[in-house]
Amino acid sequence: MNWLYYWYIEFLSKYNIPQIVGDITFYVIPFCIIVAVLLIVVLILVLVERKLLGFFTQRKGPNRVGWWGLLQTLADAIKLLTKENITPKKADRFLFNLAPYLTFIPVVLALGIIPYCSEFTFVNTSTNAILYIILAAFPVLSIFLAGWASNNKYSLLGGMRNIAQVLSYELPISFVLLSIVVLASSMNLTGITLAQSTLLGGFGWFCIPCALGFVIMFICILAELNRCPFDLPEAESELICGYNTEYSGMRFAVFYLSEYSMLFANAIFLSILFLGGYLSPFGKYLSTYFLGDTVVGNILLYFEQVFWLFFKSGIIIFVIMWIRATFPRIAPYDLLKFSWKFLLPLSIINLFGIVIFKYIMGGAI
Amino acid sequence: MTVTTFKLNLGPQHPSTHGVLRLILELEGEKILSCEPDVGYLHRGMEKMAEKMTCVQYLPTVDRIDYLAGFFYSELFIRNIEKGLHIEHSKKTKAIKVLLLELNRIASHLLWIGAFLMDLGATSPFFYAFREREMILRYFEKLTGQRMMYNYFTFGGVRRDIDYLEDVEDIIKILPSKLKDYERIITKNPIFISRTQGKGILDIKTAKNYAITGVNLRASGVNYDLRSFDELYRDIEFNPVIRNEGDSLSRYLARVEEISESIKIISQLLDYLKKAEPLKQNLINPLTMRLPEGEYYSEIEAPRGLASCYIKSTGDEKLYRLKWRTGSYYSVNLLRKLLVGNYLNDAIAIAGSLDIILPEVDK
Repeated sequence: MNWLYYWYIEFLSKYNIPQIVGDITFYVIPFCIIVAVLLIVVLILVLVERKLLGFFTQRKGPNRVGWWGLLQTLADAIKLLTKENITPKKADRFLFNLAPYLTFIPVVLALGIIPYCSEFTFVNTSTNAILYIILAAFPVLSIFLAGWASNNKYSLLGGMRNIAQVLSYELPISFVLLSIVVLASSMNLTGITLAQSTLLGGFGWFCIPCALGFVIMFICILAELNRCPFDLPEAESELICGYNTEYSGMRFAVFYLSEYSMLFANAIFLSILFLGGYLSPFGKYLSTYFLGDTVVGNILLYFEQVFWLFFKSGIIIFVIMWIRATFPRIAPYDLLKFSWKFLLPLSIINLFGIVIFKYIMGGAI
Repeated sequence: MTVTTFKLNLGPQHPSTHGVLRLILELEGEKILSCEPDVGYLHRGMEKMAEKMTCVQYLPTVDRIDYLAGFFYSELFIRNIEKGLHIEHSKKTKAIKVLLLELNRIASHLLWIGAFLMDLGATSPFFYAFREREMILRYFEKLTGQRMMYNYFTFGGVRRDIDYLEDVEDIIKILPSKLKDYERIITKNPIFISRTQGKGILDIKTAKNYAITGVNLRASGVNYDLRSFDELYRDIEFNPVIRNEGDSLSRYLARVEEISESIKIISQLLDYLKKAEPLKQNLINPLTMRLPEGEYYSEIEAPRGLASCYIKSTGDEKLYRLKWRTGSYYSVNLLRKLLVGNYLNDAIAIAGSLDIILPEVDK
């Protein structure tokens, strides 16, 4: 992201503004870019999900507003924004109003540390991956906050279930991440991506040596996203709507937004860790293959990298939606049992296996 | 550590109470300590209405007792009236009645499968079940003009001769393959099994004490299917579906098996109905109809258990007293016992597995 940073500093220096101000205020720009892109992505995701669920259940899905129902989510968003914000009388007003935004902001921050292509990471720290895990766990806490602050028994139960869920899936995720760190010898997401780049293309991705970890991580991410079959905190048939029972209008929209942004962010994270991030599955980028080392080719290369990243995460999102159409909801105690008795030991075994594999292979990977 | 309990008011407006059931639950965390069902939010005074109307005026409202099994209740009411008037039906009328009753039973069970899976959190089976139910409802609409409140049976027979039998043929041809699909998406689903197996076990003694009937009773291992003793079903071969486990899973499987059992019954009748001569029946003029003085009682195996109707007549054109007995009412009472000690999410699944229909409970 260096060029954007330098451009901004130069722009400020023209008006004699000191560099320190630029250093501090620079991050507003990527934040705005991410939010703008995110809004579009979420609008598309919601429509795609409704369409897909429609196709899975032999319906047409939304098809009234706009061609192919394209404007449906936009119409829904406008409807939600114009609705009245209701705060329950005995709710904790401050926390109740704060909670939706606390779920959304960590997601935007998490998206800021993701390498979209080889030259496009907004904030590149050396321990990106750990930072992502921490940020991804944040919305869970604010969901509990929402459940607790709304002074509703159903919401509280939803929040409590969410806490139980955090306890059970956070550890397997960390162990799987550790095995990836061992494989890549890096805690930086760009480093992890580049560690998967071989001439073999898709065969060099970490989903092959760490297949077990991939499955574990996928299941845990389903739980982290509160997606079916782990949608316990908002189990419709049991808790009405769980933590967001009392929310309406704009605040509900923000919850909805952060839910889908989290889906998008986690799908990207998963494809970086296991599916080679922005790398081409053919081992060689198509733009360099066809256009060679030309100016157009070099510019197109970045777009191609972004395309591959989004394509891979799109496939993951599709599978997640497919699962939603297929599975019933798991019971909370079954989730705990499954996670502590099965996923956690398995993820530790996976870590040991990866360490031994790495030792045997030496510098080959 | 102090353990605090709190009361949770589940319903009457709750997505998974299938209407307006209210359960007052005492919870410790998510564990249920006690359950107090509160019914009556859908009370329409069906029994009092019978005293204010003539029989023919009352007949169309009878379908509304259970909107998923309209044929059963109108058949039950008519059967009770006909008992007093000593009417014999021709073979064809009986065959038509059984055909429609069994189709209605399939439609009811299909809807239950969808709703039950919805309670468990799976959305797709709901649409699949509705797709199959739609075929049956389309046929009912063609035949009777109504999708749910048929008002097709009448005193002394049926309103018109049966028709469009090729539609029924299609239905019983398609349904078995769809049931196999259900098996693949539902019965072989490990999460479904873990959510239902061993949950909400209803033992024989409790079932008998709480007067549970129908599929719920048979899934607990009691061979009691009223169709075995029913006059209508005399010439029809079928095996009552008995399962011994008594848990939610066995109630689910029993209903699915009952669908295929009903398909067998229908296919037996289809061969006869296609060749049968045109319908001949002696319909009673409902305007001059008077039920002789006395008390009458009849019962039928409805999809949600034994349904019975008691009538006391004084020989007037209006009935003196009418009493309905419906299966769901007793299932709701069972929740008091069955839910205690379970977790909230299982409670929803167990209550769903009993197939409670609230209009039937409140009447």
